[in-house]
Amino acid sequence: MRHFDIFYSILQHFTGKKREELLEVRAAYFGVFTALALIFSYVESLIPFHIGIAGVKLGLANLIIVIALYKMNVKSAYLLSVTRVVLSGFIFGNLFGILYSLAGALTSLTVMALMKKNQGFSVIGVSVAGGVFHNIGQLIIAMLVVENVRIAYYLPVLLIAGLVTGLIIGITANEMLKRLVNLPVPCETAGRP
Amino acid sequence: MMKKKDWILIIVVLCVAACAYLFHYLLRDTGKGEVIVEVNGKLTGTYSLNEDQEITINQGSNILEIKNGKANMIEADCPDQLCVHQRAVSANHENIICLPNRVVVEIRSKAESQIDAVTN
Repeated sequence: MRHFDIFYSILQHFTGKKREELLEVRAAYFGVFTALALIFSYVESLIPFHIGIAGVKLGLANLIIVIALYKMNVKSAYLLSVTRVVLSGFIFGNLFGILYSLAGALTSLTVMALMKKNQGFSVIGVSVAGGVFHNIGQLIIAMLVVENVRIAYYLPVLLIAGLVTGLIIGITANEMLKRLVNLPVPCETAGRP
Repeated sequence: MMKKKDWILIIVVLCVAACAYLFHYLLRDTGKGEVIVEVNGKLTGTYSLNEDQEITINQGSNILEIKNGKANMIEADCPDQLCVHQRAVSANHENIICLPNRVVVEIRSKAESQIDAVTN
């Protein structure tokens, strides 16, 4: 927490504002995180990643969501996730895409937030659960939309895919958080990795 | 870096995936069967896997090709084209799904059709 305190004292010195009044700094960070998540969505849409299994992709933007979950608070991560899905849906996808992305993103984030509260899991474990539950959330919506329960046939494939992509994102997020220790996101409940 | 609970989580996910796969594998029937096409959850057609043919689904939104005992989606008017990129299906319960057009193509072997009627 020392970094936060130094950051605040410097800011207070120059601006004369109290810690609670530094909302605009938070807004600036939120903007940067949103922009990063959108860029990652764009980069992912550029990579052709068809391995013969419908709908499996890396989920690069989830990296930013994981980072936000650890550097900001749960509320900000939810807001960021919804903003990211709606914006990238309108820019790169379609309305159907937004529905499925939202189902996956919200299921995934809810599970990740609960797992983060439990001290026993590292960033990697949290990310793996996020990846797996992202796919489970989308599978449930897909079942409801096509009114066909038998597509649960995809479950093993989606579980393994979620595990692998969650691992990749988790390891990357772990490395990023190590290097972002000094990133002073002004937030009362900011967690430490 | 990784904690004990992380490993437990990974092992649990792998076990569930293996069980789900095994469950599906045991119910699988590789014999030639029928192709069932559903749009909006409603059955629109049943075709034999033995006859090579091209099927137009949903007033032309998707085109399904049956060739050499396998069904393959060759055309779709949606932007993502996931169902077209997917490989051909032939075994029982294998399916191709086009979510934007709400089209489900599923392989069904005659031997298990009664069980399917119950679960449907």
